[in-house]
Amino acid sequence: MADTGTETHVEFRGVCKTYDGRTMVVRDLDLSVRRGEFFTLLGPSGSGKTTCLMMLAGFEAPTAGEISIDGRSVQDLPPRERGIGFVFQNYALFPHMSVRRNLAFPLEVRGVPADQQAERIQRVLEIVRLEGFEARRPSELSGGQQQRVAIARALVFEPNLVLMDEPLGALDRRLREEMQFEIRRIQQDLGVTVVYVTHDQQEAMSMSSRVAVFHGGRVQQVAEPEVLYEEPEREFVAGFIGDNNIFRGRITSVGRGVCDVETPDGVVKAFPVGECRPGQDAVLAIRPERVGLAKPGVFSNEFEARVDGILFIGDHLRLRLNLCGNADFIVKIPNIVGHGALLAGDRVSVGWAVTDCRALPLDGLEGNPEAEPGA
Amino acid sequence: MARPLSSARFRAAALTLPLLAFVGVTFIAPLGSMLVRSFYEPHVADALPRTLAALRAWDGSSVPSEDTFRILATELRPLDQQRKLGGVATRVNRLEGGMRSTIMDTARALRGAEPDSWREAVIAADPAWGEEAAWLAVRRAGERYTIRHYLNALDLDRDPSGNIVAQSPERRIYVPLLLRTLGVSLAITVICLILGYPVAYLIANASPAKSNLLLLLVLVPFWTSLLVRTTSWIVLLQNQGVVNDLLVAAGVIGDDGRLALVYNMVGTLVAMTQVLLPFMILPLYAVMRSISPMYLRAASSLGATFLQGFVRVYWPQSLPGVAAGSLLVFILSIGYYITPALVGGRTGQLISNMIAYHMQESLNWGLAAALGVILLLAVMSLYLVYNRLVGIERMRLS
Ligand SMILES: Nc1ncnc2c1ncn2[C@@H]1O[C@H](COP(=O)(O)OP(=O)(O)OP(=O)(O)O)[C@@H](O)[C@H]1O
Ligand SMILES: [Mg+2]
Repeated sequence: MADTGTETHVEFRGVCKTYDGRTMVVRDLDLSVRRGEFFTLLGPSGSGKTTCLMMLAGFEAPTAGEISIDGRSVQDLPPRERGIGFVFQNYALFPHMSVRRNLAFPLEVRGVPADQQAERIQRVLEIVRLEGFEARRPSELSGGQQQRVAIARALVFEPNLVLMDEPLGALDRRLREEMQFEIRRIQQDLGVTVVYVTHDQQEAMSMSSRVAVFHGGRVQQVAEPEVLYEEPEREFVAGFIGDNNIFRGRITSVGRGVCDVETPDGVVKAFPVGECRPGQDAVLAIRPERVGLAKPGVFSNEFEARVDGILFIGDHLRLRLNLCGNADFIVKIPNIVGHGALLAGDRVSVGWAVTDCRALPLDGLEGNPEAEPGA
Repeated sequence: MARPLSSARFRAAALTLPLLAFVGVTFIAPLGSMLVRSFYEPHVADALPRTLAALRAWDGSSVPSEDTFRILATELRPLDQQRKLGGVATRVNRLEGGMRSTIMDTARALRGAEPDSWREAVIAADPAWGEEAAWLAVRRAGERYTIRHYLNALDLDRDPSGNIVAQSPERRIYVPLLLRTLGVSLAITVICLILGYPVAYLIANASPAKSNLLLLLVLVPFWTSLLVRTTSWIVLLQNQGVVNDLLVAAGVIGDDGRLALVYNMVGTLVAMTQVLLPFMILPLYAVMRSISPMYLRAASSLGATFLQGFVRVYWPQSLPGVAAGSLLVFILSIGYYITPALVGGRTGQLISNMIAYHMQESLNWGLAAALGVILLLAVMSLYLVYNRLVGIERMRLS
């Protein structure tokens, strides 16, 4: 991204967190967020995203490890001295105050002079496009408007780091898309660093400059959205981001940029990711749209399989095959001449390129939410 | 369509009839009878109808005529024979001290007498009859409908010409007592708020297990007899009690300087605060439980200290609970009877104890009723004020 510097703004180093002393909610977290970046923590429910945000904001203390902002450890800094804007999931707007008083609150407690207050409130209301609503109470606003006020309140004291915890969770689909666009625009206009939490991968992919995928308290992969999609490095990421056909096999040989993996239906040639050694079990991932109906000689992987089901989507068809030990192997083929004649029960020949099929190391105990260390 | 609906409604309404009947018999009727008693007093009027008729024509500036003396004497006689004179004499006595014995002695002296001059005979029986004051007292005691209990309860009186005037200072007791009751209730309310607010905050923000335990501790007093609780304060606070013993043992006070902590206002304050504290904590807790801890977090992330966040964000949202708890404690303490009766001694009595005294000892039910009505009016006007304030508060919140 053009607006993203390379300077580190926020850093987690070896951060662990447990609430009850037994279950590790966050384990060995290393993350670095660059200045001006839109950084998203993405993961399923309970994976520890909110906990990370709370530790960064200072509401929770890490059990181990260190968090630093601008290269300075914030260990002993209370929340109010961290200068972080926080947008809460349920907004946490003060119900007994008007929009103006809500926005004035951070300025008043910071001792900003009254004339500057009015000016800043005006500016921030323009940014979130809410002029004219100053006198209303939060309960007199729609969900989207409340969201805007919450964002305005987190911005009005001009922090350079803003945290958002599923800020769009309570909004309906249409409004959510509109607000995704708005938040992204505001972030780019102001150049602030945003750390954003969501469990919606589509939201994460469309808004972020980089995404950290969480699972079971561990970061699985940190990368730009396109990289996450194209080059997942772990089984969980491959399965969580977009559709993927996942199946298992045993590596028989490893070459340069290619490895042979033994599956029930024969040997698959795949692109080895990370440490792949012969004799190891591996997870294979291939996207449905990267599998094609084979013409001889085009693909280095070719298999024959029976079509168990066909789903007509419109511009494409989804075929369900039983292939390589995966009974739910999906193939997406364009709806073009000839393909419309396929029927369930037909035998088809499918194939894919080596580089589209990734051989990933198995997720070990680490990263598995159920497994305790040493279990 | 309308028919079955309305008959169903009628049946539903009919189910509340037992409750309405209960409330009517146990609450509305006694209340009404108290109201009536506070201004309707037929006893003397029924006993001395002709005397009173004669006195109505009297101008009050000199001793009444011979006729009036005669009528009084003839009306006293049957009352004396039927032993009904005591009630009449007591009632007149409330308006003019000494009239009870005056009337009783006169009736006794006139037994069987047939004098030529009733006037001389009656005055001879008791010289008080030679003064206008005795006759004015009889005339006023004979008023069937009267505001004198209210005047009495407000420390007012009538002068001989019937104007309303203030009681002489040494006889003013009810207004100072009412003011003291209001003051003590206010003090108890404030103390309960100061003690109860942090407890309610703690309970509302503790982990579920801890908050259940704390709530239990708040509720335990409810399961203990009020009498037991109040008398245990006597054990603790009395001269040779635990608190004084500890203070003496610790050397804070000397053995001869033991503090008077009970049978006075201190005892009333301490015991009533303890008894009424749950009524403050529970409404506060109910409101605080609905205030998300997120607000305080939001305030601190916006740069506020805990104190700023508390004063500007938490306290305003807890105000409905403060108002409800304070109103409850204040109204309960205004009418509290048993605790001051047990630990209040002479100086720690409240208006309810005075009402009880007039109900049970002096048997001046009219005055007791008037005091009760004044208390009721005070509480009702407070409720209206509260409604006004909290109504405004709600409007601001919604
Ligand atoms: N205050 C707390 N006390 C004890 N356990 C907690 C607390 N907060 C969170 N947890 C636990 O920590 C784990 C991670 O919670 P966290 O809120 O960080 O997840 P999340 O990724 O934000 O999930 P979601 O998407 O549902 O919000 C969960 O298992 C949760 O039960
Ligand atoms: Mg969360």
